[in-house]
Amino acid sequence: MALTFPFSAIVGQDEMMRALLVSVVDPTVGGVLVMGDRGTGKSTAVRGLAAILPQMRTIAGCRYGCDPADLEHRCQECRDRGVKAAAKSQLVAVPVVDLPLGASEDRVVGALDLERALTKGEKAFEPGLLARAHRGFLYIDEVNLLEDHLVDLLLDVAASGENVVEREGLSVRHPARFVLIGSGNPEEGELRPQLLDRFGLSVEIKTPDDLATRVEIIRRRTAFERDRVTFVAHWKREDEKVKKRVMAARQRLAEIEVCDDVLERVAMLCMKLGTDGLRGELILIRAARAMAALDGDVHVTIDHLRRAAPSALRHRLRRNPLDESGSTVRVERGIAEVLGQEREMAPA
Amino acid sequence: MNEVSDRLSTSWAAARLVAACLAVDPVGTGGVILKGLGGPARDRWLGDLRTLLPVGTPMRRIPLHIGDDRLLGGLDLAATLAARRPILEQGCLVQADRGFVVLASAERLAPDTASRLVAVLDQGEVVLEREGLACRTPTAFGVVALDEGIGDDECTPVAIQDRLGFQIDLARLGRAGGDELQFTCSEIEQARARLDAVACEDALLSAICEAAMALGIGSLRACTLAVQVARIAAALDGREVVSLADMKAAAQLTLAHRATRLPVSDEPMPEDNEQPEQHDDDGGEQPPPPDTNAPSPDDLSDMILEATKAAIPADLLAALVAAQGRRQGRQTSGKTGAARKSLKTGRPAGVRRGRPVRGARLNLVETLRAAAPWQPVRARDAGGAGNGLVRIRLEDFHVTTRKDRQVTTTIFVVDASGSSALHRLSEAKGAVELLLRDCYVRRDQVALIAFRGRSAELILPPTRSLVRARRSLAALPGGGGTPLAAAIDEAASLAEALRRKGQTPAIVLLTDGRANIARDGSAGRGPAETDALASARALRSTNARVILIDTSPTPQPQGQRIAAEMQARYLALPHADATAMSRAVLATSRVAAT
Repeated sequence: MALTFPFSAIVGQDEMMRALLVSVVDPTVGGVLVMGDRGTGKSTAVRGLAAILPQMRTIAGCRYGCDPADLEHRCQECRDRGVKAAAKSQLVAVPVVDLPLGASEDRVVGALDLERALTKGEKAFEPGLLARAHRGFLYIDEVNLLEDHLVDLLLDVAASGENVVEREGLSVRHPARFVLIGSGNPEEGELRPQLLDRFGLSVEIKTPDDLATRVEIIRRRTAFERDRVTFVAHWKREDEKVKKRVMAARQRLAEIEVCDDVLERVAMLCMKLGTDGLRGELILIRAARAMAALDGDVHVTIDHLRRAAPSALRHRLRRNPLDESGSTVRVERGIAEVLGQEREMAPA
Repeated sequence: MNEVSDRLSTSWAAARLVAACLAVDPVGTGGVILKGLGGPARDRWLGDLRTLLPVGTPMRRIPLHIGDDRLLGGLDLAATLAARRPILEQGCLVQADRGFVVLASAERLAPDTASRLVAVLDQGEVVLEREGLACRTPTAFGVVALDEGIGDDECTPVAIQDRLGFQIDLARLGRAGGDELQFTCSEIEQARARLDAVACEDALLSAICEAAMALGIGSLRACTLAVQVARIAAALDGREVVSLADMKAAAQLTLAHRATRLPVSDEPMPEDNEQPEQHDDDGGEQPPPPDTNAPSPDDLSDMILEATKAAIPADLLAALVAAQGRRQGRQTSGKTGAARKSLKTGRPAGVRRGRPVRGARLNLVETLRAAAPWQPVRARDAGGAGNGLVRIRLEDFHVTTRKDRQVTTTIFVVDASGSSALHRLSEAKGAVELLLRDCYVRRDQVALIAFRGRSAELILPPTRSLVRARRSLAALPGGGGTPLAAAIDEAASLAEALRRKGQTPAIVLLTDGRANIARDGSAGRGPAETDALASARALRSTNARVILIDTSPTPQPQGQRIAAEMQARYLALPHADATAMSRAVLATSRVAAT
């Protein structure tokens, strides 16, 4: 595979980078949607993610990468093997699977293994992309251009955490729990509300407009294009640092406390903004906790909320016909009202 | 001056330099858009490019409605069945590795094809997940987009434009060019070998970024491409360090056509020589000496900017000057996103697995293709004897997906209040009827919202039925207050709903602008007007085309204010008859339909 641009070498785009790290620390936050201008490093960041992910433990020989510690969500093969299955385990890289445009349904959900059918006349199930993404990340670039029938299928699997395939008299079901990451350009079409809701966090990304940042981006990009091997090697250490930070944050996550005052503020904020359902509150708290863990803090503070709220709530606002300002502005207004202005923030 | 810049003296020279740059590095430069109709100029330029390329460099032509199997690759069924194992047939994008793909009629390229192409360009590999095949094949190529679009609305998909370094306007090339190429194949060969070693100093990087910002070029890809082109220019010149002249040439070739505004210059126009705050050391008109004491980054970017400005095509320049001061509005990427996939109507746009229910049409060939590889297994399952039967199962079924032709729906919002004198209403009715006839011919839809009294009402939901539309129009009563805010809200929500269904809404608002009923139904001119303006602002965010026809006997400032708030075209028609009105509306909805 071609060398990818290192995650830690990406300049700026703090909100996107933070959202991605949050989803790595706590996958239950439920995925990230990145919408924005062309050429802002959306897909670069996601593709660089693989290098900063700590390895995961799987049951040796399991095609679906079952977790030895998780008895509840196991594939049929591991269940059949019973207790013995977990005896041997191995460390593997967390999958970051690309759903390419033009992928056909059989390759997404899995199908019969064509090669074995042709050469040996056997019927065997060949897992698809959903199986490959289990316990990892499924990335869809140009998510707003995804065909409707694939969207339906993804929504279904993402909701149930399980993929069911019926082909040629074969019936297979296997766990498919993954973090959905989508990116796209809003000018090219809108996302269906159902799919929008599947993403825990939503980030709007813009081309940086200050010269120093732009120059630094071009400098790194040019250096990367000239000599990928050296460039990647140079940034490897930085990537390792990010990885360590993620690992530490994951360990700390369970201990992070959320005091009543913070919970109350979250409820107030969501009421103020009129977000639909409780999902927004839940995800905002989770994201703020993950952020606290990344920062090495013990408590979730108002400051964490302030940083997590735009991504967690932006896509959950009801459309207000009287307010033509974008959802980002509305969320920021709500934050300023409920959480107060940031003290060190310079007047805009 | 430097040799590289001399080569830009004429359009043909610039075009030839583009060809040379492409030949040196097809991948790093992204490619070129050849804008204009086919003809001798295009053939000649393509011929030049081919001459410069090493023998055997692939140039794969991609037709407009290419399928995924040809574009990305797929199962070679005949070979697969013969060999009894899956055999992959590579697609055009893999076959173009280290060469070029040529996009025919790039302005009409389907969004799906464009996005697949872009994904491959970005990742440097084709990731295939189709027909039981999963494989990744590295490939890298440049793109030659033959863009025959006329006017601003027809152009190569923006995502592709963004990634291609160059654009050549064929109309400006003309037939007469220089006779011989400026570079030989061996020079190209040497430049290729040298390219990796070419370095670019930070001051120049910074200068090109600054120049791009000054020209209002948002995408960072433009800068990356410019730097790469500058490096190629240096390599072509036999140097290993990028010079200011290289960067200037690169800016002219890659930035000029992307400019969205002219640099904000605080100095008067060049004719007015003698700028007051100019430094003494380099005076006005002299060409900047590149080799003397190092100029500051600011000077560098100014020099690049000047060079680029000189290369901005005259018509674009005129458009930019005209646009100065006005905000950049509604720049959307043509038609993408508006077309909708459906199974029943429209032109064929692909195949997917699924049963032929609810009007979807079975695609026999794809169904048989899907079934073919499984025949031996199925025959065995059925107990051996084949009897020459083809065994097809439900899961083999494939249906053709179709793309809807975009439907335009014109929403008429008619003021039926007492203030709109009754004869105006009859004129409006006449205009709508004329338009209806025209919509019927074009298979477009119309909807009718009337407002009077305390509320606005959708009298006629979107329809093509001439009879129904006529009947509801005739029955439209008049008199009462003017609830303008409610009417605009109603139109906005209908427009939004239509857009969600993949249609293009166009709104025609006929009113005298004298709102006197507020949104909550209470009477009073003040609050009613405030509400109407707020609604107008909200309507703007739906991005629908709006035309406001002021029907008051003398044009009113209220009408103009409302039109400005919703960015509508304002048309005062105090004495107009139905025919004039329908002509004006037609012009607007035509624009909306493109």
